[in-house]
Amino acid sequence: MPGDASALQLVLSADPALMGIVWLSLGVSLAAVGLATIVGLPIGALLALTRFPGRNACIVVLNALMGLPPVVVGLAVYLLLSRSGPLGSWGLLFTPKAMVIAQAILVTPIIAALARQTLEDLWVEYRDELAAMNVGPVGRISTLIWDARFSLVTALLAGFGRAAAEVGAVIIVGGNIDGFTRTMTTAIALETSKGDLPLAIGLGIVLIAIVVAVNALAWGVRRTGERFAG
Amino acid sequence: MAVRAPSSDLPIALENASVSVGALTILDRISLAFSPGTPTVLIGPNGSGKTTLIRLAMGLIEPTSGRITFGGRERVPPLRRAIVFQRPAMLRRSAAANIAYAMAAAGIDRARRPGRIEELLALVGLTGFGERPARRLSGGEQQRLALARALARDPEVLFLDEPTASLDPAATKAVEDVVQAVVARGIKVVMSTHDLGEARRLAGDIVLMHRGRVIESTTAAEFFSTPKTQEARRFVAGELLV
Amino acid sequence: MHTRRTLIALAALAAFATATPALAQEKSIVVSSTTSTQDSGLFGHILPMFKAKTGIDVKVVSQGTGQALDTGRRGDADVVFVHAKSQEEKFVADGFGVKRSPVMYNDFVLIGPKNDPAGAKGKDIVAGLKAIKDKSAPFISRGDRSGTHSAELALWKTAGIDIAKDKGAWYKEIGQGMGAALNTASASNSYVLTDRGTWLSFKNRGDLDIVVEGDNKLFNQYGVILVSPEKHKHVKKEFGQAFIDWLISAEGQKAITDYKINGQQLFFANATAPGA
Repeated sequence: MPGDASALQLVLSADPALMGIVWLSLGVSLAAVGLATIVGLPIGALLALTRFPGRNACIVVLNALMGLPPVVVGLAVYLLLSRSGPLGSWGLLFTPKAMVIAQAILVTPIIAALARQTLEDLWVEYRDELAAMNVGPVGRISTLIWDARFSLVTALLAGFGRAAAEVGAVIIVGGNIDGFTRTMTTAIALETSKGDLPLAIGLGIVLIAIVVAVNALAWGVRRTGERFAG
Repeated sequence: MAVRAPSSDLPIALENASVSVGALTILDRISLAFSPGTPTVLIGPNGSGKTTLIRLAMGLIEPTSGRITFGGRERVPPLRRAIVFQRPAMLRRSAAANIAYAMAAAGIDRARRPGRIEELLALVGLTGFGERPARRLSGGEQQRLALARALARDPEVLFLDEPTASLDPAATKAVEDVVQAVVARGIKVVMSTHDLGEARRLAGDIVLMHRGRVIESTTAAEFFSTPKTQEARRFVAGELLV
Repeated sequence: MHTRRTLIALAALAAFATATPALAQEKSIVVSSTTSTQDSGLFGHILPMFKAKTGIDVKVVSQGTGQALDTGRRGDADVVFVHAKSQEEKFVADGFGVKRSPVMYNDFVLIGPKNDPAGAKGKDIVAGLKAIKDKSAPFISRGDRSGTHSAELALWKTAGIDIAKDKGAWYKEIGQGMGAALNTASASNSYVLTDRGTWLSFKNRGDLDIVVEGDNKLFNQYGVILVSPEKHKHVKKEFGQAFIDWLISAEGQKAITDYKINGQQLFFANATAPGA
């Protein structure tokens, strides 16, 4: 990326290198949220709907995992995916897939914990009605997820915000390779280290704009949900 | 009407059924049967066990001791029984979708649903409310929608737990009218109330409960004219049973 | 039903986003290198030429020299391109690398506040460091096991200062890359040792300027090593060797020499120099 042009110019001219970074960031974070949803939602639903010994401990751990430090996750995934690590033969280190895996690990507890809270609140309300209508376990879970969909989408967006904004994990497992694994956050870290603060700030503004847009979307979804579902 | 399964859930018979939570006995050795016919009204003060008895008869809980049979069988899933809870929970969907959900859960053919939804909304006086979010309806409207939702399952027995407890007289009248219409269709109604007037207006049979026990179980006519027990006499006279 | 559709869509999305990069994997190598080569813009200059000639994509992971060698040792890179000769020789001797080839050198410069409070200015790095130590003038050290950090430690030793013992509050190890060290020095008006390339492309200079340069103790040799395909079977030895061969070829050496910032040459190609 040409360091001389101002960030605003790059954005306004849709500079291909900058756009590549933005798309990679969005793609990696979206894929991570997708993966985290597939894993986290069932975990949340399971914890919301079942009672077993150690359940409270699980919830406490899950809530604590929401604050997982990205660098620690990055390091763990690095050691796993390194050629000398147990999953080294997959050859994933320093690829976007590795970044997706690391971010998915960061986001899964967020989605699971928020989904658990949302689904459990709704489950307390619905339990008797669904039992009286003879709805089986699969029907119960799908009804709860469907009826809580607006709240769940906000949980997914919270996870997306976390993924898009973190730098610690992706820089370790992605390697910040130009044009391949460089995301907005790692580019900001790089430009800062090069002392190119205006460009770093410009990228930061783009990132913040995206996060604000995502939150506006979350707010809109919630409003829509309230209007349609009460 | 849906094609009924050959076997019936009625009579629902309790034999020496008790329900306790820890050391606390909520229902104490109840023997009682709900048979087809006129409505059975459970009366008694708060905490006398009416709600628990309804949940037991609906099959939502199991007796701690004793047993309960549905048409002579034990542990029959609530396919042909329906209930309106004292505070019904509306699904986060439109009024019509709440009814449609109950139909889907009862396995009613998709093609039959739209017409039946309109019919049920009309029955409970909610014509034109179908597309409204159910949770935005007033308390009385939600109560009637819950009735429609319960009836959507084509039950042969309908349990109503204090269906008018928090309603004003006009809303109470609307709900009672629906109950009369339900009874007229041949559905067995078992309801609880602590409103003596409501019991007089609706009951065919009366079950008086007090402190987890059945004090008196008889026809409404006999209960109100010649109550047999001390508690029944005091209750009918409008005294406080505590 | 709706839920299932949502899940399928999310799964498809995840599969799509994770599947696309596979296309880029065919003709590419991973080079673990130092922050100086990356931050100075050298790779941005020479890699497109190499790609145009061979079609091979070079993915550069820039780290401190110690970490870059470790990445190679773990088999996570095909080629390492760093500047710490003794560590490089050990890397090869331990069997992790095939052979070390010298490529180029650049030089370190001592950076400090324009008004030079320690009086370190001059052509003699030993005198400069002694002056800083005597005045306890603020000094920023990388402290990250990088090539520059090793060079800094070696220079203190040459100046007869046991920095591990003699360091005081004036000596701060930040444990970060070159750029971060320069930013810290700029923000606190401290002295700092850096490679010239990073300094020339560094934009947030504040009140800093070059204090000592040109001492031949400040020369900094870069070497390139193919990670041993015997240790790590997956190493792309043909592509990696092609990159090394190009770097030390006349064409590659010229590309390195031609790279300039503001008319100043940053790296001096010396692949053929004896003993480099």
